[in-house]
Amino acid sequence: MTRYYYDFHVHSCLSPCGDNDNTPNNLAGMASLNGVTLMALTDHNTCRNCPAFFKAARRYGVVPVAGMELTTAEDIHVVCLFETLEEALAFNDEVDTRRIRVKNREDIFGEQLILNEEDEIIGREEDLLINATTITLDEAPGIVQKYRGICYPAHIDRQSNGCIAILGEFPHYAGFKIAELNDRANKEEYIRRYGLEKLKILVSSDAHYLDQLREDNDYFDIDDEPYSSSLVRQRLFEQLRSL
Amino acid sequence: MTVEGLLEHGFSPVAMPDGSRTIDGVYIGDLLSWVMGRAQMDNAWITIMSNNNVIAVASLADTSCVILAEGVELSQDLKDLAMAKDINVLSSPKSAYEIAVTLSGLLA
Repeated sequence: MTRYYYDFHVHSCLSPCGDNDNTPNNLAGMASLNGVTLMALTDHNTCRNCPAFFKAARRYGVVPVAGMELTTAEDIHVVCLFETLEEALAFNDEVDTRRIRVKNREDIFGEQLILNEEDEIIGREEDLLINATTITLDEAPGIVQKYRGICYPAHIDRQSNGCIAILGEFPHYAGFKIAELNDRANKEEYIRRYGLEKLKILVSSDAHYLDQLREDNDYFDIDDEPYSSSLVRQRLFEQLRSL
Repeated sequence: MTVEGLLEHGFSPVAMPDGSRTIDGVYIGDLLSWVMGRAQMDNAWITIMSNNNVIAVASLADTSCVILAEGVELSQDLKDLAMAKDINVLSSPKSAYEIAVTLSGLLA
């Protein structure tokens, strides 16, 4: 067993609100400095910086997970994680068909940069990434599952784009097995107030700037013999699916 | 004004388990955590939200009906849930503002 400290909610410079210093190499490097060995890149409604992140993570000894922070039709943020990069990119293609197209205004929302593994700009996303898609909260788990992914409501302890603020209570009917908190200090209160006793609570940073990445992260114990990063992901997903 | 009385004014029934309920005010909002604490009993609640929790919030706040604005539709499951929980739901192609103006005239 190896203890993997995780952060499953991190933005790169492709997210409009993500700082341009949040390059794939800087994220992987900071993860390594902070003792995070399992990091998911979850940009708003896109996985397009995940290929570069996978290569950068390798350099720094970090196990990468390809993900997305999906904005549902209700403006609820949902973290979507995938066992393989390929499945994440296929999911990305489906989400692309469900986005509401509005041109990004870089002066308001910031740039949306696609980088390669050397942190060089290889493209820009022209349409705004952060706005709602036409995918409803109820639909999201089924779509994510088609790509063998797992999804759960993000930062349920936040007013903006948190499912409890928008829906008034936790959407138990939707069958989520996991909920994400932004602040660990809210854990006991949220479990009690919203009946989350049966859910796995994950805490992640939602870092849009490098200095928002944390040093005090939660962990998974994973049997990773014989080691490979894909085995670590496979075992992680086995744990998540068995919840 | 009763809920079923609205049917003569361009509103369509989506689920109407108790059309005789009285409307004595209006609340407009889509952020359900806000609606829960602010909509009053017997209000007509205008929203564009069509999630499962709309039924729960309407039930908690004891509104007389939910009015779905701008042609928003409910799934059959939610229609059934509304019937089961005794929640009246109407719909209208109009915007929340236009519906509010109509109701303002009717409730005056």
